[in-house]
Amino acid sequence: MSAEKFQNPVVRWIDHRLPIFSMLDHEKYDYPVPKNLNYMWNFGVLAGLSLAIMIITGIVLAMSYTAHVDYAFEAVERIMRDVNHGWMIRYIHMNAASFFFIVVYIHIFRGLYYGSYKAPRELLWILGVVIFLLMMATAFMGYVLPWGQMSFWGATVITNLFSAIPVVGDSIVTLLWGGFSVDNPTLNRFFSLHYLMPFVIAGVVVLHIIALHRFGSNNPIGIDASGPQDTISFHPYYTMKDMVGIAVFLLLLAIAVFFFPNAMGHPDNYIPANPLQTPAHIVPEWYFLPFYAILRAVPDKLGGVLLMFGAIAVLFVLPWLDRSPVRSARFRPLFRIFFWLLLIDAVALGYLGGKPAEGIYVVLSRIATAWYFLHFLVILPLLSVFETTKPLPKSISEPVLSRSKSANAPLGAGLEPAE
Amino acid sequence: MAKSDIKKTTASKRPEDPGRRDFIVIATNAMAGLGAAAVAWPLIDQMNPAADTLALANIEVDVSKIAEGQSITVKWRGKPVFIRHRTEDEIARASATDMSDLRDPESDQARAEKADYLVLVGVCTHLGCVPLGQKTGEVRGEYDGWFCPCHGSHYDTSGRIRKGPAPTNLEVPPYTFLSDSVIRIG
Ligand code: HEM
Ligand code: FES
Repeated sequence: MSAEKFQNPVVRWIDHRLPIFSMLDHEKYDYPVPKNLNYMWNFGVLAGLSLAIMIITGIVLAMSYTAHVDYAFEAVERIMRDVNHGWMIRYIHMNAASFFFIVVYIHIFRGLYYGSYKAPRELLWILGVVIFLLMMATAFMGYVLPWGQMSFWGATVITNLFSAIPVVGDSIVTLLWGGFSVDNPTLNRFFSLHYLMPFVIAGVVVLHIIALHRFGSNNPIGIDASGPQDTISFHPYYTMKDMVGIAVFLLLLAIAVFFFPNAMGHPDNYIPANPLQTPAHIVPEWYFLPFYAILRAVPDKLGGVLLMFGAIAVLFVLPWLDRSPVRSARFRPLFRIFFWLLLIDAVALGYLGGKPAEGIYVVLSRIATAWYFLHFLVILPLLSVFETTKPLPKSISEPVLSRSKSANAPLGAGLEPAE
Repeated sequence: MAKSDIKKTTASKRPEDPGRRDFIVIATNAMAGLGAAAVAWPLIDQMNPAADTLALANIEVDVSKIAEGQSITVKWRGKPVFIRHRTEDEIARASATDMSDLRDPESDQARAEKADYLVLVGVCTHLGCVPLGQKTGEVRGEYDGWFCPCHGSHYDTSGRIRKGPAPTNLEVPPYTFLSDSVIRIG
């Protein structure tokens, strides 16, 4: 990569000493991307965009926020009523957090469907799960900051999860609280960490991308690109395709912010925190509900906590549970059925997590929890051995070319590779 | 010069006992590790309760105003404390319970200094919600004591766990009767 390719003398001067323009150029033009990516591959960029939106709106919110039990609720109300555009900035922060999780959940299920966690992308996948964990911690602490009823009781219940740890549990909870209950010291440290963690996430995202660029993107048919005829440059092809997704994403976010800003929130969080009274029905934010359902499905405290963390732990070892050499579900007829069952199971858990823990809901939660673990720990290892997969195409270009030749389809004709 | 070359030259000039070299390296790393841990500890321990938080005062409560069958909630160390003036029937049921029915066996006598007044930390031992049952008309659960709505724990008239995910009985805070009607909690 030589600096001569830049016309602008300032750019050339800088690039000679600090080759950041070369690096950007390298990503844009030289980084080969499989040419058959579908819209499911938009969600990585959308996750990055969400993180940027969260950081920008968050820093602005912090300028008017006060992390003190006597002032926090008022400060947020002041942001909503008096600070210029404060209501909009807060609603963007609130709703973009939900959108961030929607995007990341789709991103994760994309990876599950197309086998993107398989060799050689195991570390890339694991870094993704790390980001997911950090996001959950960040969102949890952010939700405490407005110091409403749900903030307080959410914080109480979640921090108490650690009291299930034998022997040291109670000391850990006291350490987290900085006192004998969730109180001012807790709010202070949560604000400090809520500010920090998004930047830690940004750091792990960099590692995620370095790992991605080692072997490039997976693709819908899950076989490696066999040469330049199977790839195109990121810019302008995928920058344009990503723009379409970004436009749709921003449109939906704007609809949520301006027309349904509280639809994904809980009305009880507009009641100031009261340490003496638990709301009748406490639920976490919607994006935690599947895990909350697993927690409540177990009638034992430690058991519930272990299973809940176990639900994420299985994702870390997934690359070694599913040993099938075929990546994409397109060529795995049985896996594909179980994939959809898992998706239904996850949605069902989310629904059950929001229902009271009684009667039929408990029974269903137990079945759904059992199925979740069965899927990862039993079904996937068995499928890797017993499933007969469909024959894989010889190259990424092959299925497209053979289709356009046989059917002479006008659509396929446009996809001829520019060799 | 590449790293391996350096090693070779030094090794040829001064043949050393590899065991000794390893020992120095391990000892140095161990010292650095200890130093790092010593620096990290204050940074972690600062999160524990500060001196003023620990010094939170005791509270004194006049219990003579509580009518039989009624309860009050007071705040102690940021947490609710339940004080219930129990009825004869509630006391009788609490003391008649068979120990083998209890998940966390404790006799009622051991939990209430004076049987009339039951003093409890009003924090569910599952995940810390405040159980219902203090106000008249609130659900009290299947054992007529307290009911935690968060994940469905039932406590009896002695505050002992009977059903649901909570592992232990409602905690009895340290308290003393200063007179017949005033107790000090803490
Ligand atoms: C990963 C990125 C982030 C996520 C997922 C996230 C999530 C959240 C959530 C869910 C809330 C509660 C919103 C509500 O219900 O009111 C919140 C509040 C808040 N966040 Fe963030 N946040 C992120 C980044 C940041 C950053 C970088 C800052 C910068 C300091 C920040 C500052 C704040 C402040 C001051 C509040 C309290 C005001 C409010 O409640 O709206 N956030 N955050
Ligand atoms: S906190 Fe009371 S049952 Fe879970």
